[in-house]
Amino acid sequence: MPVAQKTKANITLKGSTEVVTEFFKYAVNSILFNRGVYPADDFNMVKKYGLVVLVTSDEALSAYLEKILTQVREWLVKGSIARLVLAIVSKESRVTLERWQFDVDVTKPSAAEGEGSAPPPKPETEINAEIRAIIKQIVSSVTYLPTLSEPCAFNILAYTSADAEVPEGEWLDTDPHAIEAGKAEAVKLRSFSTNHHKVEAMVAYRYEG
Amino acid sequence: MKKAVQDASPRTAQILAQACGIELNKRILSFHQPAPQPTTDPSLNEARKHAKPLYTRPGSSVAPSTSTVAQAKGRKLPSTAERVLDAPGLMDDYYLNLLSWSTKNMLAVALSDTTYIWNAQTGTVDALGTVPEDTYIASLDWTADGSYLAIGLGTGEVELWDVAQQKRLRSMAGHQAQVGSLSWWDHIVSSGCADGSIFHHDVRVAQHKVSELLGHTAEVCGLKWREDGEMLASGGNDNVVNAWEGRTGGIGNDANCLSVKPKWMKRNHTAAVKALAWCPWQPSLLATGGGTSDCTLHFWSAQTGARLHSLVTPSQITNVVWSPHTREFATTHGFPTNAIMVHQYPTLSQVHEVKNAHDARVLYAALSPDGTTLASGAADENIKFWKLWEVPRKSKREERNSMGGIKMELIR
Repeated sequence: MPVAQKTKANITLKGSTEVVTEFFKYAVNSILFNRGVYPADDFNMVKKYGLVVLVTSDEALSAYLEKILTQVREWLVKGSIARLVLAIVSKESRVTLERWQFDVDVTKPSAAEGEGSAPPPKPETEINAEIRAIIKQIVSSVTYLPTLSEPCAFNILAYTSADAEVPEGEWLDTDPHAIEAGKAEAVKLRSFSTNHHKVEAMVAYRYEG
Repeated sequence: MKKAVQDASPRTAQILAQACGIELNKRILSFHQPAPQPTTDPSLNEARKHAKPLYTRPGSSVAPSTSTVAQAKGRKLPSTAERVLDAPGLMDDYYLNLLSWSTKNMLAVALSDTTYIWNAQTGTVDALGTVPEDTYIASLDWTADGSYLAIGLGTGEVELWDVAQQKRLRSMAGHQAQVGSLSWWDHIVSSGCADGSIFHHDVRVAQHKVSELLGHTAEVCGLKWREDGEMLASGGNDNVVNAWEGRTGGIGNDANCLSVKPKWMKRNHTAAVKALAWCPWQPSLLATGGGTSDCTLHFWSAQTGARLHSLVTPSQITNVVWSPHTREFATTHGFPTNAIMVHQYPTLSQVHEVKNAHDARVLYAALSPDGTTLASGAADENIKFWKLWEVPRKSKREERNSMGGIKMELIR
């Protein structure tokens, strides 16, 4: 009996990857909705993490996100992704206006430690509560982020290790879409962690006060 | 950059990388495709935000699955046609509208260059007349009282016929190409042309063209006035749905033919929009259906332009018809199913489907004036009649009221 209980409570690497990619999906959707990158009309309400989250019903967009997340999932399993960035850029000038950054840390349980000293598995409810806090922060970010008055597009960047497997032709090297140092403000958001991953969120935005 | 770094010594590389703000053992990647553009006009966001709560119902979603089959209680829907008429020479062209059913229960159908009127009461057929030799009939529409018929020609004229006298009253020139869609409101007949223009013709005056609506870049294949004349909806081969304000749309303007802009424009469809229908029991509701590569029905709020619901169907949508009595609508389809489907609104659950209703794609459809029977015309040169809905039985009180009404008339 205790064995069965333990496997249930302990999230495997695969399960952890699933949790993280799912978080990315809902986080990206929430940002696109809350920042008005896509018309509000094209979003549906979905219950997730004990919250109402808005998810796009635009098929082209959801297929696009799915393609990206499938690759991200692969990188997560291999531990070769370090950061995922959602850059909101002005359609006209291509200047980055906002930069949502999610740092992924792979927390490898150190082999030297015996099984007895391994940290106790984190229950799913606790992980969900942490994720809920981040999504809530994304939603409430509208209050302090400057209004995006011009039409915007978004770009998703993946920071991978140099030896990461990259599907030929599908992903291309790019510039970091950073906002110039003097003109940016950054707000650190909450973080969440599973037994295998730790995700820290941050948003930087252009602010010329 | 990477190559230069490799050529330099490790130390130099490190300095170089630091100066450029690059971390050596990392790559920054982005997906090769840019993110898709939003399909709807973001400038209407504000209006939508306020309108949305008015239309949302608990438990609804924008695109529910079609799989749920909600068979209406105790109702049997036909799997075969009630009646079949032979229509030799009925043209096989998606962009035409060759079937119209009048309030006087007459069905007009155009067979290449001749208009025939089928009297649904007696079953007799009369040839109304033929058009000039060098052209063909591209569209038909009855006036609201059912006594006049407008006919759009392949050369761009719009003819007006008095059906009782079997006489052509006038021919209105103006369009440069085929008039594939017509719609009446009161004394205005609106015509959609292959060049993308829509004209309003006031049939009472000599200078008949009172307005010009330019909002399509390709053939206008669907055109429908709302019953109250407040709005006009048009669909084009450019995949656009436009809604025009009836009042400010230039009707009754002087003869300078003001070109007006649409009230709202939608680019959600990915194929030509021929199927358009205003809901008879919810005036602000417009249904539109797209062609072969789209196969999707969208439901719009006429006032705000917000998309209320969407439904993906298995094939090309050629017509959409609302039931006036029940909360349902019928759609006719092209290849491969050649079907007639009935769905409920707003649940969008499928009530009925007649697969292969015709041997070829179902192109034209018209509803009988009592709202029970759908006539469908197809490329197999048949017109079939489907009894999809019943006339609701009047409650006793209503019956008594109507009886009372008759009595009153008799006494007077």
